[in-house]
Amino acid sequence: MKLAIREKTDQAAKLLFRMTGLMVIAILAGIFFMLLWNTVAFFLKIKPWDFITGTQWNPSGTPANYGMLPLLVSTSLVTLGAMCIAIPLGIGTASFLSDYAGRKLKSVLKPAIEMLASVPSVAIGFLDIVVLGPGIASITGQSNGLNALNGAVLLAIMSLPTIITVTQDALEGVPNAYKEASYSVGANRWQTLIQVTIPAAAPGILAAVMLGVGRAIGETMTVLMATGNASAFPKGFFHSVRTMTATIAIEMGEVPYQTTHYYALFAIAAVLFLMTLLVNIVGEYFVNKYRKYQAA
Amino acid sequence: MMKKLTPIIEWGTLLLTTGLVCFFLLAILWDLISKGSSSLSWAFISTSPSDGMTKGGILPAIIGTVLLTLITALIAAPFGICCAIYLNEYAEDSWLTRIIRASIRNLAGVPSIIYGLFGLALFVQGLQMGTSLLAAGLTLGLLSLPYIIITTEEALRRVPNSMRQAALAVGATQFESIRDVVLPSAIPGMLTGLVLTLSRAAGETAPILFTGVAFYINKPAGYLNQEFMALPYHLYMLSTQHQAIEQVRPLAYGTALVLIIVVFFLNLSAFYIRYQHSKHE
Repeated sequence: MKLAIREKTDQAAKLLFRMTGLMVIAILAGIFFMLLWNTVAFFLKIKPWDFITGTQWNPSGTPANYGMLPLLVSTSLVTLGAMCIAIPLGIGTASFLSDYAGRKLKSVLKPAIEMLASVPSVAIGFLDIVVLGPGIASITGQSNGLNALNGAVLLAIMSLPTIITVTQDALEGVPNAYKEASYSVGANRWQTLIQVTIPAAAPGILAAVMLGVGRAIGETMTVLMATGNASAFPKGFFHSVRTMTATIAIEMGEVPYQTTHYYALFAIAAVLFLMTLLVNIVGEYFVNKYRKYQAA
Repeated sequence: MMKKLTPIIEWGTLLLTTGLVCFFLLAILWDLISKGSSSLSWAFISTSPSDGMTKGGILPAIIGTVLLTLITALIAAPFGICCAIYLNEYAEDSWLTRIIRASIRNLAGVPSIIYGLFGLALFVQGLQMGTSLLAAGLTLGLLSLPYIIITTEEALRRVPNSMRQAALAVGATQFESIRDVVLPSAIPGMLTGLVLTLSRAAGETAPILFTGVAFYINKPAGYLNQEFMALPYHLYMLSTQHQAIEQVRPLAYGTALVLIIVVFFLNLSAFYIRYQHSKHE
């Protein structure tokens, strides 16, 4: 082939690759502006303050109420519950994998945890309805076990693989010199883990927790199937709650195009988007911090 | 006394946490296999549902899931690979590259239901595709894109620089060195990432809720512009929305088992590719 043609191909390829890079920004911007556009359309009809602080979500009533506070509190409650379960379990398992487990045990456990990550959320939700839900119901004496606690357990299971993997990376990234110094002054393995390795890996562990939180906030199918979806203001872990994601999933299928209710669901999605964006940015801050620390 | 007990408590704590995590996985597998295997038969996976979904099989849902995953791959793979090539082979450390990288990480964190809304606004309503296999596939393609870019870039990064320099030294253009030298040796890593991403996409429900999935279609053949059935949505409907929930439970177990088998099969093939590759190194 002639050199000129080869050089032209090279230039064209370079242009094509760069275009795809720019397209990625366009997609994120597209999602952002789609949410913004529809949210603005909603706020032309309902005041933003009423939307954020309103305690009633009843878009099909007369008059319709668009207060998203119950949904926000539900999402926070379920996420908080999930993290109370997943953080200790995740850090414990990651410590076991990084400091205690032998090579052979590790080579079995690692793929097992990756398998847990790949179980579709709808399958976990299904098992909840047939196994865990009735179990919780018989303990609490309710007619069904579809409540915030139930959702929290499922979200904990779903965010565990992320938390374990990232925490383990952080723990294994702690320089060996730190551990050796600890052993040399007579500390045992446990003392070293608690007082040296975990504090040294703290930024990485925080990043892992943030990724887990992001996952739990945005998860849809499991909370939709497991939390009961009562749109009243949540009263606690043993009551049915309705998260932001579940509200969008339930109602979007039924609303007419471009009504206030339709725009309201995009407004919820915009709040959800900002929440996960914030959590991810905080997580990324800690990831960078622990990378810098490792380089030093 | 305390001195003897402490190591046991310490070990116990870590073993307990790890044990609980393994217990979750085993409980999920055990319940699905023990109760789902009796519903599984050749007839179940080769016939359409009948009698108001209370009898028959799940063939349309299997076909729908396979077609959907194929469309997702056709959209996300070329796009994602090109973007990863740009980032790893061409991009300098400029503000633009940093924005692109930040966008990718944030796209990976966007909740799947928001992709569903984006697909609804852009493909279904904006581009007038209607709720269809194509609209749902495009939506899942966008959702998979950041994962494919991240895994492909990792695979490209593992190709040693000396190989690129060798190609350039014998007079290849940069594109030729990427096409003939870099890509072939990065393929196992790229494939692993692609297959893992697709196994994830195959199990997604939220993004296809409003973009094209349907409760029941009596024709198993899929056309791009029509609604379709998919395994995850079928499972969701059977377990929450059907009038005779108790009656369809065996079918739901069967569907769940088939879905898990599809996802695990994809995962295992990814592990296999990775294993084969690591043997060569």
